[in-house]
Amino acid sequence: MTVAAAARQWPADGLKRVPYWVYSDRDLYEAEQERIFHGPTWNFLCLEAELPGPNTYRRSNLGEMSVVVARDKDGAIRAFENRCAHRGSLLCLHERGEAKEIVCVYHNWTYDLAGNLTGVAFRRGLGGKGGMPPDAKPEAHGPRKLRVENLAGLLFGTLSADTPPLDDYLGAEIVARIRRVMRAPAKLLGGYSQMLPNNWKLYMENVKDSYHASLLHAFFTTFRLNRLSQKGGVVINESGGGHISYSMAADVAGKEYEQAGMRSAHDDFHLEAPELLKSVDEFGDGVGLQILGVFPGFVLQQIRNSLAVRRVVPQGLEKTELVWTCFGFTTDDEALAELRLRQANLIGPAGYISMEDGAATGFVQRSARSAPDALSVVEMGGHGTASEDNRVTEAAVRGFWKDYRRHMGL
Amino acid sequence: MDIALHFKVHDLNARYVHALDADRLEEWPDFFVEDGRYRVTTAENFERGLPLSMIYATSRAMLRDRVNALRNANVYESQRYRHAVGATLIGAIENGAVRAVSNFMVARIMHTGETTLFATGRYEDRITIAGDAAPRFIEKTVILDSRQIDTLLAIPL
Repeated sequence: MTVAAAARQWPADGLKRVPYWVYSDRDLYEAEQERIFHGPTWNFLCLEAELPGPNTYRRSNLGEMSVVVARDKDGAIRAFENRCAHRGSLLCLHERGEAKEIVCVYHNWTYDLAGNLTGVAFRRGLGGKGGMPPDAKPEAHGPRKLRVENLAGLLFGTLSADTPPLDDYLGAEIVARIRRVMRAPAKLLGGYSQMLPNNWKLYMENVKDSYHASLLHAFFTTFRLNRLSQKGGVVINESGGGHISYSMAADVAGKEYEQAGMRSAHDDFHLEAPELLKSVDEFGDGVGLQILGVFPGFVLQQIRNSLAVRRVVPQGLEKTELVWTCFGFTTDDEALAELRLRQANLIGPAGYISMEDGAATGFVQRSARSAPDALSVVEMGGHGTASEDNRVTEAAVRGFWKDYRRHMGL
Repeated sequence: MDIALHFKVHDLNARYVHALDADRLEEWPDFFVEDGRYRVTTAENFERGLPLSMIYATSRAMLRDRVNALRNANVYESQRYRHAVGATLIGAIENGAVRAVSNFMVARIMHTGETTLFATGRYEDRITIAGDAAPRFIEKTVILDSRQIDTLLAIPL
């Protein structure tokens, strides 16, 4: 390892170069948990629709840390660390459920759905013997509570008192684009997880890389769901950590990919059952695709009528769980609900598009781990992080690194 | 017990998994009737009554599209499966179709030689058994025990 890497110095070239050690340095990974996921960032927890009524809960994460998100008996949304005040056992062992209180299985300590310790088994002992001293304050060791904000049915949480209000963290343009998608109360369609063989940051870069989509994903290009020649652009917020990549659904019928001999453009590849791609302009603005990413690990996806939230959960240096939750709206009629289910063939681990993201990010991990001091070239569209009216750019990827470096002090 | 019926169902399952494991994917759609339904979902979605699938096809044509995409469009590393299917339960017969539930386990063998247990679950099938024609799937629902898929699910289960 070079001296530069040992001291974790970012290359002098700035955001247009990314050193490969960011994906393979164990100390850095541990520091990210503290500085990013437990630090002043908003982390997507779940959809409000996943907490359907009072006394319901759902497990989620802040980085590797397990947290409980709950709607208490009064309907208020709470979130707290999934750790017992007593011996640190996981409190909540189910993915989701309904309960008036949460009981730690180890020693039967009980909590309300706001994460307050409400009962200690045999606290005063039995028959005047044993128990805790009267001045013991186990409540002081209770699970840490998160601040929670609800933006249009998306629940975000943070452990830090220093995190700015969610609207400021995201910026007005990102907020508007979230509200655009969340146009009615969400209705769950289901979910699954894609286990990615790579560092969590490689997936977020992939999400923010508007340049790759039509080059890697033949399905996008061949069926003109997304080509760089279609009208669109990237919007990047002030911190760099929030972005939107969008394209208009209108077919421009250009032949740029075919003329340039791009692998992803197949003139001879046709669907026998084109109903897979049937869609409606439910948002009324002609935008066919909008991918929205928020630092550190949130994605809101609109690919035609396929809507999903994706949650990036680091599970080790080279392992990431991508939790997909697909949804429609309570106002959907049967026909629209069916379109969403059909278009779900595009996404997830078996998706005609999304299967390839799992493959590509893993390819980088496997190669980059052997070259920690080499640099990747992130220079499409120059070196800045400004919004652009085209997508032949890596500006949003540079935005990710701008925010990352700020949080990590790199 | 109707031994002949059991045999028909077992034989269909055996031919189905051998076609997939031997990379004869072009034969896969023909195990279904013309408007056959195939979907892959998780036990969690299934038990919660949530309709989302990872793969959802409602015709042989959609299955042929998937094979075509896997052969000609999608990017994934070379791999094979090895299915083990068993513990088949035969259910009710209605309108010339029988219901059957079978357990499966699938190992994935990557081109690198890495072999892992990739998926476990059950098939919930409806199979045509009328007349002398070869039995085919009217509906095949693949219900995965786990919600996690490692990297990607390209080859059908």
